[in-house]
Amino acid sequence: MNIYIRSAACISPQPTFGEQPSWTSPAEASAKAGRLACIEPDYKTLLDAKALRRMSRIIRMGVATANDCLRQAGEKEPGAIVTGTAYGCLEDTDCFLQSLIQRKEQALQPAPFIQSTHNTVGAQIALMLQCTRYNNTFVHRGASFENALLDAILLLSEGEAETVLAGAVDEITDTSHAILQRFGLYRHVPAGEGAAFFLLAGQPSPSDQARLDGITTFYKPEDTKTIEKALRSFLEQHAAEPDLVIVGANGDEANDRRYRQLTTNASVFAGKKLLSYKQLCGEYPTSTAFAFWMAARLLKQGVHRQILVYNHYLGIHHTAFLLSAV
Amino acid sequence: MDVNINKLSTSPVAASASGADADRAPTAPGVAIAGAGVISAIGKNVADSLLSFENGTAGMADITLLDTIYRSRLPVAEVKANNQELARWAGLSASAAGLAPSSHTTKSHITGLAPSVSRTALLSLIAAKEALDDAAIPGIETLRTGFISANTVGGMDKMENFFECRLTDHSKDRLREVVLHECGAVTEWVADRLGIRHYQTTISTACSSSANAVLFAARLIRSGLLDAAVAGGADALTKFTLNGFNSLMILDADPCRPFDDGRAGLNLGEGAGYLVLVSDKIAATLSRKPDVALSGYANTNDAWHQTASSPDGRGSWLAMSGALQRSRLRPADIDYINLHGTGTQNNDLSEGTAISRLFGPAYPRMSSTKSFTGHTLGASGGIEAVFSVLAVRHGLVYPNLRFKTPMTEQPLVPETAFLKDLPIRHVLSNSFGFGGSCTSLVFSKEQR
Repeated sequence: MNIYIRSAACISPQPTFGEQPSWTSPAEASAKAGRLACIEPDYKTLLDAKALRRMSRIIRMGVATANDCLRQAGEKEPGAIVTGTAYGCLEDTDCFLQSLIQRKEQALQPAPFIQSTHNTVGAQIALMLQCTRYNNTFVHRGASFENALLDAILLLSEGEAETVLAGAVDEITDTSHAILQRFGLYRHVPAGEGAAFFLLAGQPSPSDQARLDGITTFYKPEDTKTIEKALRSFLEQHAAEPDLVIVGANGDEANDRRYRQLTTNASVFAGKKLLSYKQLCGEYPTSTAFAFWMAARLLKQGVHRQILVYNHYLGIHHTAFLLSAV
Repeated sequence: MDVNINKLSTSPVAASASGADADRAPTAPGVAIAGAGVISAIGKNVADSLLSFENGTAGMADITLLDTIYRSRLPVAEVKANNQELARWAGLSASAAGLAPSSHTTKSHITGLAPSVSRTALLSLIAAKEALDDAAIPGIETLRTGFISANTVGGMDKMENFFECRLTDHSKDRLREVVLHECGAVTEWVADRLGIRHYQTTISTACSSSANAVLFAARLIRSGLLDAAVAGGADALTKFTLNGFNSLMILDADPCRPFDDGRAGLNLGEGAGYLVLVSDKIAATLSRKPDVALSGYANTNDAWHQTASSPDGRGSWLAMSGALQRSRLRPADIDYINLHGTGTQNNDLSEGTAISRLFGPAYPRMSSTKSFTGHTLGASGGIEAVFSVLAVRHGLVYPNLRFKTPMTEQPLVPETAFLKDLPIRHVLSNSFGFGGSCTSLVFSKEQR
């Protein structure tokens, strides 16, 4: 079977949302050092004011991108909604946790607890669309978006859905940033965040952005040879010859060593045109959703025929997608 | 795991429904269940849990481990073992579990909920190991095995301790209490100790989380991407969830009374439950041939409210009828319903309304095992999937404790006695959650 990316929407630290998406300017780390915040649209023009008041930032970003993705494709109700998020709704979690400690477990407001569950974004999209169909949320760190895509692929191949809205969302909060910084994650790369949703379909349409050919995920590979073998076998299975490889290099030597080794001599990316993306969106576990959005857009523009996106998250989750022009 | 879309066959479900299996009606071939493992307040394994059911011994009691102001005020269904003991049950040395005594003193140290490894991960490992041992799949290390696990708050038990230190005395917070905060980090930690590398994922859809893990595992096996999968979920009691449900005013100060007219809310519990699902090919290699299969499943959304269920239970009706449809069963074929049955006004009425519409007036036996285990949130779908499999395997129906008076609006009467040696062929298990998440699973007797 074939799977087509019918439409795509993305809110990121780049001006990617709206009629004229672009990502050409290197993002400037926002005032708060070391983090790239999303450029958010004026939600009042996009979402119901009453519903908006109750939504935290991550919910707004997720619901707005989902909404825009469906609008572009003219889809009123997708056959399923699948979301990936590594951290979930941090702002509400943080808020409830702080108040439970500060108020010593008494007289707590339930609202942040209610909205802290990891499936809140998917749920709010369903509520907005009154969509009673399949709804699932994957929370598997650096492979959360990939698992949402995998679920979408299965739903389409099973004939369970004709279209699937699949995407990923993650936010930075002051608290999460302060804690994650102490792990030394952002010494060379700013922290990032973003929301991206895609409408995937089993049948082609005139507006398709690209075709999704396959995904591979592998876990804690011992060395570069193992990574190379996995990627080579993935490309061979698809008889793929990508003319662009989008990679998750982020400027941190320990992180980037793997990517560099894959480009040397006869290695799998040798002689391939490479493009890094994390200087644009920052580092976060679902950043591959941004790379996926970029790849689909580049293919739609006709700049490339076939793109491989390869990322590893902290050396733990290695993931790759192959997309082709339609 | 490689997914080559080009090579994926389309609609395997539809193909088998119209093909050679049609004369095997009424049941469609399901995904074989090769093993089960469970831990909750009523037992640290399958055998102990069954004994508690038979003896009518519920798990609710005063809080003994969690450090909260609600001790002796709100009953919970705790696993009565501190983290050191859980580590032993999981076959870990204290140092391997990151539980070795340290200079750093926190409240959790005193309660035995000591540093580093989340209690959720320990519960998960215990039940997942039992399930794998039960399945006893020869040469499993050479198979494409997946670990599909669910939880709702990851390592929140550690995070809330970290936060307390952070907010009161910044110098005392320890980053090691954050390491397993992400839901996915708990899964990784357990998968590493189970030796499952080929594929792993984490699902979090509130109280239906681990039912969705079982559903997803079945689909991965049906699609040919996996040979075997350990699927289910875990959640430990935390102050975060206890206070969350308390702020919603849906915790009963007494042991809960699911489906009773006087019900006053739920009791929280903790635990883990996992099934081992295998492909037909693997099932054929097992010395104990699987006799239960997941024959049906459906995931739907109520799309009504972030936390409340719709009055007519539209999401739960869709989930139950969708699961029946997939298993090619009629409502009358169901012998037992393992209810979501939390004991809240809203859930039980909504679920009851959907059941009346789908099954009335000829109701199958039904009960909520949450009257024993409390509501174990992200673990409940997995734990109840294990109980449902055992119900089919051994012909059991579990009692719905403390039921006296049927609900005025929907006078359904759950089973109140422990029944055995029944010819149970099909069991429906319901799991519904925040965000409108509704998932129903059907387990069926299947001879291989």
